Amino acid sequence: MEQEYLTFILSGEEFGVDILCVQEIRVLTTVTELPNKPDYLKGVINLRGVIIPIVDLRQRFGKDPLDYNDKTVTIILRSQNSVKPMVVGIIVDAVSEVYKFETANIRQPPALGNQIDSCFLKGIAAVEEKLIILLDTNTLLDQDELFSLEAENEEAELIG
Amino acid sequence: MSVDLSQFIPTFLEESYEGLALMESSLLNLEQGDDETINSIFRAAHSIKGGAGTFGFGHVTDFTHLVETLLDEMRDGRREIRSEEVEVLLESVDCMRLMIDAIQNETDYDNSSIDVTSEKLELLLSGSLSDDTGADTPVETSKNASSWQIIFIPEHHLVQTGNDPLLLFNALEDLGELKVNAIVDSLPSLTEMDVEELYLQWELQLFSDSVTEQDIREVFEWVEDECELEVTPVSFDEPETESTSLDETSETAEVKQPNDETPSPEVTAPNIEPEITPSPAGAPVTENKEVKVATKAKPEGGSIRVGVDKVDSLINLVGELVITQSMLSELGNDFDLSKVDKLTAGLEQLLQNTKELQESVMRIRMLPISFAFNRFPRLIHDLAKKTGKDIELIINGENTELDKTVMEQIGDPLVHLVRNAVDHGIETAEKRLAAGKPEKGTVWLDAYHQGGNIVIEIKDDGGGINRDAVFNKALEKGLIEPTTNLTDNQVFELILEPGFSTAKEVSDISGRGVGMDVVKKNIQALGGRIQVDSTPGEGSTFKVNLPLTLAILDGQLVRVGEEVFVVPLITIVESLQAKSENINRVSGDMILYRLRDENVPVIPIFQLFNLPADSQDVDDSLLVVVEADGQKVGLMVDDLLAQQQVVIKSLKDNYQDVSGVSGATILGDGSVAMILDIPGIIQMALDIANKKQKEKQLKMQNEGALI
Repeated sequence: MEQEYLTFILSGEEFGVDILCVQEIRVLTTVTELPNKPDYLKGVINLRGVIIPIVDLRQRFGKDPLDYNDKTVTIILRSQNSVKPMVVGIIVDAVSEVYKFETANIRQPPALGNQIDSCFLKGIAAVEEKLIILLDTNTLLDQDELFSLEAENEEAELIG
Repeated sequence: MSVDLSQFIPTFLEESYEGLALMESSLLNLEQGDDETINSIFRAAHSIKGGAGTFGFGHVTDFTHLVETLLDEMRDGRREIRSEEVEVLLESVDCMRLMIDAIQNETDYDNSSIDVTSEKLELLLSGSLSDDTGADTPVETSKNASSWQIIFIPEHHLVQTGNDPLLLFNALEDLGELKVNAIVDSLPSLTEMDVEELYLQWELQLFSDSVTEQDIREVFEWVEDECELEVTPVSFDEPETESTSLDETSETAEVKQPNDETPSPEVTAPNIEPEITPSPAGAPVTENKEVKVATKAKPEGGSIRVGVDKVDSLINLVGELVITQSMLSELGNDFDLSKVDKLTAGLEQLLQNTKELQESVMRIRMLPISFAFNRFPRLIHDLAKKTGKDIELIINGENTELDKTVMEQIGDPLVHLVRNAVDHGIETAEKRLAAGKPEKGTVWLDAYHQGGNIVIEIKDDGGGINRDAVFNKALEKGLIEPTTNLTDNQVFELILEPGFSTAKEVSDISGRGVGMDVVKKNIQALGGRIQVDSTPGEGSTFKVNLPLTLAILDGQLVRVGEEVFVVPLITIVESLQAKSENINRVSGDMILYRLRDENVPVIPIFQLFNLPADSQDVDDSLLVVVEADGQKVGLMVDDLLAQQQVVIKSLKDNYQDVSGVSGATILGDGSVAMILDIPGIIQMALDIANKKQKEKQLKMQNEGALI
């Protein structure tokens, strides 16, 4: 079985998400901040009447953030759960390509030495010389998993 | 017939619920009684029975058949309508609802209550004056004839509706050996014949030991409105069975066309208008019934019924919108500066269209409050029986419209208030007579609009609330101090506090000490208020004030730094410029603002939400004084912006609940603004203050230890 993946760049690495979960690709617009939120959650935007949280995937995966400019891209992902679809925007460095992979050619991700929560990883696929890290949209589009990291310093700041 | 019937089951269920609601409300009115009401009950029961038969819910069919037989005797005047029968019928409605619920949820139900009720029904039927109908109950459902004669006279246009007699006969043949005789008497001459019409009639004979009349009628289910059908057992000489079958033919025909049947007593009132009864309760209650017939839908259901007029107005508006759009796009094709005026006019029209469309769409969610009220006649009926009090319910304003979501949540608190009025409010008959009041107690339910709110009043003409008893009880419970100075209304509102119950005895209706506080909580959760008023000896009034909708909120926009927040207007007491002489700092960071004779704690939003702000100093800042749960606080903001209605959007859909924020909204420029959750903010501020206090104590202890 073949699956198509949209890939994007995040601090030099190439990641892929199931293309069926990609609703659209947008330029980052003004984000409304949420009070006392974790760092990686930039806030919410209004996408045609729906309020959507925006996550900086670099920060969510524990990397240093980039400054945003008018070319910063967000990929709007929509889960395929038809009962309660969750929509979220992720900020990435750049959108790259669309690739087709045979399911059989997707290898298990290495268990060790990863900065990213292993629950978000689905596998690794090779295209020519590159390795592409495929993300698991089931966990990525699960509110409990994606927003599991709480804001750490907020209380200390409030009291201080 | 190989149609997949299961797809129609939801419709059957919905219609059954409607039928049951109609039966219930009509039965309650039947106590005043007339033919038309019995007829409508009978029809409702009959459609449920028919539907259940079609879908193979045999237990519903069997049970409903008993009900139907009893009702049949009533409408034929063979049986007097007494409260005994009405009680059993009401019980039967409950049983049928139980069975339908079970079908809907695909669960089992408690058989025992149904058995009890069907026994009662059978007892009533066997004691009936005309024995033949008593006997006919088992006949139709279980007794079999070895041969049946069926006379089938279809209307001429039968084949045009997609029905084929041949298929019917094939289906009959599955039941047993079939003999078919075509009657060609009404065949016109060849020149007059229309090829699309059916002129034949049939006389059929079916030989089988195991077939019931119902089985045969089931075959003709889909065409029964378009034919004359007579089913008669041949070998059994039982005239009463025949009479039932005639009855059935007549009653199906009567629903459709009351004038082409033999005169029977019920046909004399063919209109479905509600009757006007002499009782003062009659008028509003029957009006209520009419509403129910038109709009009652399953309360838990995911669908709502919308009046055709509302849909029509939507379609009109969309039409106008399309016209405006085409006008604007035409303007855009060939635009120059001279057409700016036209453009402005077009945009204005667009604005108007959009606004109207929005209002129209919101109205679709609005339902008459009778959806919440229609359970009360039954409730009062049952409560009156249980308590032995004679009580009348008067409902007014049941057409007042209310948002569906509010409606769903207000039902239970209202039930509690009504129960309370009956149980604690209305006195016993002896006490009432002694007080010079009519023996019959009255409970009023009123609904009306007031401003952007809906007001629901629950009023009784009972003994009223004893101010001293409430006051003493509150003292005893430690809710107030002996020196507390309270107005009468404030005292009455104490009964809404948690853990308060003045009933001397705990009854199973109310008075367990939980409830009234839950009522208050639920109403507050809906953004509403409840007020209590009472006059000793004359009765009490509970006034519930609710917002019309949960989807739209009147808000005050405020700015803190870069962010805009919405403060619900209903919570705002006043907004003011802080004067430095009124500011007091107590124990560290806590800021109190003296507002006339009150000290109001100040909550700086920027600090609470960790945001950059223009000014961090309370002096000369703007304070929005808000109140929630009886606690006033001043929210410190940078600027006051416009007041406007905002549409509430949930943050939970794609993210999660955020403390201090009850939702988000989209402002005119497309940006998102957070709606402040005032009780939540107060709680947050309290938690932080407590934490600070603790830390300070800890620090002092540590310092003390060092010294």
